[in-house]
Amino acid sequence: MTSTSPPAIEVDGLGKSFGEVEAVRGVSFTVPPGEVFGFLGPNGAGKSTTINMLCTLAKPTAGAARVSGFDVVAARDSVRRHIGLVFQDSTLDNQLTADQNLRLHAELYGIDPAVIPARMQQMLEMVDLADRRDQPVITFSGGMRRRLEIARGLMHSPRVLFLDEPTIGLDPQTRSSIWRYIRALQEREGTTIFMTTHYMDEAEFCDRIAIMDRGEIVVLDTPEALKASVGTDRVVIGTADDEAALAELRERFGIEATVAEGAVTFHVESGEAFVPRLFAELDVAITSVAVSRPTLDDVFMRWTGSTIRDAEGDAGSNRNRAHLQMMKAMRR
Amino acid sequence: MTALTTIPEPVAIRVPERSWRSELRAVKIVWRRELTRFVSDKAGMVAWLVQPLLFLFVIGSGLQQLSAASTDGVDLKTFIFPGMLSFAVVFTAMFSAITLVMDRELGVMREMLVAPVSRSSILLGKALGGTTVAASQGVVMLALAGLVDVPYDPLMLLGLLALLLIAAFTVTAFGLMVATRIKNIRTFTSIMQLFVFPLVFLSGSLFPVSGLPTWLEVLNRINPLTYVVDPMRRLVFDHLDVSDAARATLDPGVSWFGWTLPVWFEVALVLLLGLVLMTIAVRQFLRAE
Repeated sequence: MTSTSPPAIEVDGLGKSFGEVEAVRGVSFTVPPGEVFGFLGPNGAGKSTTINMLCTLAKPTAGAARVSGFDVVAARDSVRRHIGLVFQDSTLDNQLTADQNLRLHAELYGIDPAVIPARMQQMLEMVDLADRRDQPVITFSGGMRRRLEIARGLMHSPRVLFLDEPTIGLDPQTRSSIWRYIRALQEREGTTIFMTTHYMDEAEFCDRIAIMDRGEIVVLDTPEALKASVGTDRVVIGTADDEAALAELRERFGIEATVAEGAVTFHVESGEAFVPRLFAELDVAITSVAVSRPTLDDVFMRWTGSTIRDAEGDAGSNRNRAHLQMMKAMRR
Repeated sequence: MTALTTIPEPVAIRVPERSWRSELRAVKIVWRRELTRFVSDKAGMVAWLVQPLLFLFVIGSGLQQLSAASTDGVDLKTFIFPGMLSFAVVFTAMFSAITLVMDRELGVMREMLVAPVSRSSILLGKALGGTTVAASQGVVMLALAGLVDVPYDPLMLLGLLALLLIAAFTVTAFGLMVATRIKNIRTFTSIMQLFVFPLVFLSGSLFPVSGLPTWLEVLNRINPLTYVVDPMRRLVFDHLDVSDAARATLDPGVSWFGWTLPVWFEVALVLLLGLVLMTIAVRQFLRAE
């Protein structure tokens, strides 16, 4: 990538309203070429609506966005020629074989017939499906289908690949192999990846992460920087007398700890270095100790006020309504 | 000589700008996909082969028992051949648009809609696919012509094929027009069932269209399928060896207030209707998805 190439994605004050409901409220961000960009947020936060606008499937009601240098409204076709999409729900034709699905895609995208067989072979090999190419998709497992969808999304060498929950519902092994493909691809073809995920351990693989909540981007940074911003390590100790331990921590170390589920929890700058001091200086007997670094779950909690699993299972009624409206708008 | 390497070189891919050529390829691949799906559906293929036999021999032989006296010596199976021909095509074409509803439910429609091609091309490909599948049902029927004493005259067969294609297109366009508005398969099937039987029964596929009670004659004349069945019947009777009396009774032609419509007029009517329906379907499709 040369420094003169335009940003892969450029979003400026992008907004979308469905009647009264403001699903996306003027978001702005830039994704440089070749980046793996993670887009996180609770359900109904406006992620899907934002992706749909970037993919030209929904028209913005405010602001503008450019993908690979093309405006998503004014140059819709040019955007479409330069992006690949893998949706959360399968869009394969189950009755057709893997080959036929790829062929359909290649023809719809007008790929030069002379290079189609070679490209199909290459893509099928990348996702380890070359030996299943002549079998109907209906005989494929969930993981195989997802791999085929990724192969299909890449058939036309898109500059930007949008992945909406690419690994949802897959077993850990398949998830990690899908991540291998994504990384290999990014290295080999310099493809920019824009993805949403619910798995915080996967978000770690991203170069940068944006967290969206209630239609706005609340924070955007590298996973390391985000974790550092939550700050300190968490130390959980079991003690013979929790109340006494609380008092001692406050008096000797100036630490405000809390007691929850029979354990004392507090945060310090570097937990591993602190533990030996704790054993030496605390009078109360310690029965167990655990130190954990901040995770993206902590980051998510800090910025959205919920864990990502809670957000998934127990969205507020307002959010649910917004989500339904969006679904309706998408089906229309 | 090319260098030997185990890792395939990345293949350079360029997606060209939209052109008439890329649209044509889109139409072609969507059309081909319809045919691939049709051929890969085993149960569908069996029905495709068995249905014509059912129409022709079960319905024909059954009714023959009742009507031997009034067909002037013409076997009823011969008489209803053109009617059953159109019935088979109409029936298949009516339901061919169900694939549009299925594509939407299964998500494949999204894959096609985000491609850098016009939505009209996608719908046109679907229409051609449905037309081909429906017309092929008629071809199976044509292959059986000899069994009901209809001669294998090449010109007649070609003419019938052309009429089949036009009828299949028009009815498919009607199906697509409905399908662009319907979001689930059950509703689509119900609506089609609501239409298919009245249309087929009122079209004169099972009876001659002169001397009907007025109410039936009116319903028959406003039924577009009447103008599908009649040209086929006239074409078949042109090649049959039957008495003038039999011909006058069984193949009287469709008349409006005493004016017998020429065949070309009937065909033009059906084709025009097909184009109008297709235009409406495309408009709705552009707006709806």
